[in-house]
Amino acid sequence: MRGMITILVKDLRQRAKDSTLIVFAIVLPLGMAFILNTVLGGANQDFKARYAVVDADTGAGNAGFVRQVLEPMRESGVVTLRPVAGVDEARALTQRGEVEATFVVPANFSADASAGRPATLEIIGSMGSPVAVQVAREVAQSYAAGLHSVRLAVTVATPPGTAPGDERAAALAERASALPMPVSLREDASALRRQLDPTTYYSAGMAMFFLFFAVVFSISSIFDERRAGTLTRMLAAPVSRPTIVMGKLLSGVLVGIVSMAILVVVTTLVIGARWGDPLGVAALVVSGVLAATGLMTALATFARTAEQASNWQSVVAMVLGIFGGVFFPSAQLGGFTALGYLTPHKWFMQGLGDLAGGGSLQAVALPVAALLGFAVLGGALALFRIGRMVHA
Amino acid sequence: MSDSILVCEGLRKRYGQIVAVDGIGFSIAEGEVYGLIGPNGAGKSTTISMIVGVVERDEGTVVIDGQPHDARNMKTKALIGYVPQELALYQDLTARQNLWFFAQLHGLRGRQGKSKVGEVLETIGLADRADEAVSGYSGGMARRLNIGIGLLNRPRLLILDEPTAGVDPQSRNSILESVQRLAAGGVAVLYTTHYMEEAERLCDRVGIVDLGQMKAEGTRRELVDLVGESDQVALQVDGDLERVRRTLADVPQVRQVSGEGSRIDLLVEGARALLPRLFEIVAGTGATVRSAEVREPDLEAVFLHLTGKALRD
Repeated sequence: MRGMITILVKDLRQRAKDSTLIVFAIVLPLGMAFILNTVLGGANQDFKARYAVVDADTGAGNAGFVRQVLEPMRESGVVTLRPVAGVDEARALTQRGEVEATFVVPANFSADASAGRPATLEIIGSMGSPVAVQVAREVAQSYAAGLHSVRLAVTVATPPGTAPGDERAAALAERASALPMPVSLREDASALRRQLDPTTYYSAGMAMFFLFFAVVFSISSIFDERRAGTLTRMLAAPVSRPTIVMGKLLSGVLVGIVSMAILVVVTTLVIGARWGDPLGVAALVVSGVLAATGLMTALATFARTAEQASNWQSVVAMVLGIFGGVFFPSAQLGGFTALGYLTPHKWFMQGLGDLAGGGSLQAVALPVAALLGFAVLGGALALFRIGRMVHA
Repeated sequence: MSDSILVCEGLRKRYGQIVAVDGIGFSIAEGEVYGLIGPNGAGKSTTISMIVGVVERDEGTVVIDGQPHDARNMKTKALIGYVPQELALYQDLTARQNLWFFAQLHGLRGRQGKSKVGEVLETIGLADRADEAVSGYSGGMARRLNIGIGLLNRPRLLILDEPTAGVDPQSRNSILESVQRLAAGGVAVLYTTHYMEEAERLCDRVGIVDLGQMKAEGTRRELVDLVGESDQVALQVDGDLERVRRTLADVPQVRQVSGEGSRIDLLVEGARALLPRLFEIVAGTGATVRSAEVREPDLEAVFLHLTGKALRD
């Protein structure tokens, strides 16, 4: 035990003088969190589209779109809505970027839609606002789908040969459109709780990503000590090989925990990250550090030199980070989303999501267990193979 | 030997198809300096690594101060002071921090540890620069610190693997004097070198190692006696060297012929009397003697006699 602490203290003393470690453990994750939060965080948080509408329709059916769709969106604050007299003016506004998209409701739109005649709702979109344009397109398509359902209901309910504009059909259409939706959507409270705000998301993501680089230094130092001859000297001293290995691993774990703690505190105070319940965060951080140390150590045991280990560890840390969703939500990986659960990063972020909903230690039991699983797996493999590293 | 600090027998180590050490055994008594000499690659460092316990031996036994020794025996490891051939230091730490770290690994703590570190710093002459990073040290200072670490635990057995390699003559002299003082204090010293003059000056007994085997061991006198009355003659010759060597080998008083390049090494009986005739024989082959050197039998001659090659080949 004393030998282990002696090695630990010596390693920490050396690490404290190592500016590279400070860069990887503190400077880079903080810097990246600040940058990503500034560039991407604000955009996600405050989405608000600027729309215009050219309403050339005077029919009653238009109320279904402008009044029932666009007006409620404006009132909820999601969009601004600017009435425009004509299409040319709308195009000019869109080109100048004063609005991001314009809905053009043509004359007789309501009448045509009610009578079952083809009706066109036009969207004029700005090239520079793909998200706002896509939202406008989805809104219009959703409305068109609703109209199609009504028309389908009327067609089925009226006898064959009924003329368009027939009074009975119009009454049916009005009744069908007034029916409540058979399936309604409501906000999924639990899902919302699991959603980290962008500031916390990028702070946590970068902290976890660079943690895998920070713990590498302690493991790689075995190679450095072998090259310098000091490992031989340690082996000649009355300390066992497991003591040497444990001293090294412990220094990696401590460096990881300290750097994560600094990142949690600084991102909370400086950019307002909300990590959640301190106990839960502590459990996630410690288990995350153990997982990173275990996996990176296991990987290093397959390398012959510090350089080779460092290269492999960089590649693996990058791949795990991408699939674990530290740069962007892993849901965007499509068919590869499930692979995220094979990474400690995914479980770490999920644990923080659970805490974001107000949960505590109990809420992160599963993510912590998963992270400890990675630690045990990596640690067992590392201990099985590490004898190959610790020799003269 | 009842007062033997180190007894090793039948040490054997193989790396794949290569037998690095093949049945080496010897013992060192308290206060004795034992020299292990041989060219690079002879198996000296592997032998030492097995004794220290940093390399697992395939066969053989090591007993230190009466106790069986291996890499897992912390009691016997604590009796060894080890100075590796290469500098084994933390360049980013100071001399004091280096010493303190290894002192702690040897169980020296608190006041006792600090006192021992200070004592070693005085011994190696680095007390006034103890708090400077090793990276700023000269080669000689670093070499002294390298040796100092091996002295921290007051070893019963001090193992020095070519400690003077690359050291200036003044530092070398200081190191040799330190070793002599330690031995006088009762420390058993295992010393490897390929400098014959060091071995002759320092060692009570010498083991000659080549190709992983112990070729001979004994005191300097005992080893020189193996050569008999032969002297060593070194000739620098211009001409058909192969013919010269063949011709000289046929001379009855010439016991051995070797050498490389324009140099011809001979072991001969009665060198001074024979020298004029040797010149004539060389001249008879059409070659010219540029210089000639006659030396009394020494360990170099013993090595040549035992292995058929010069130590620095």
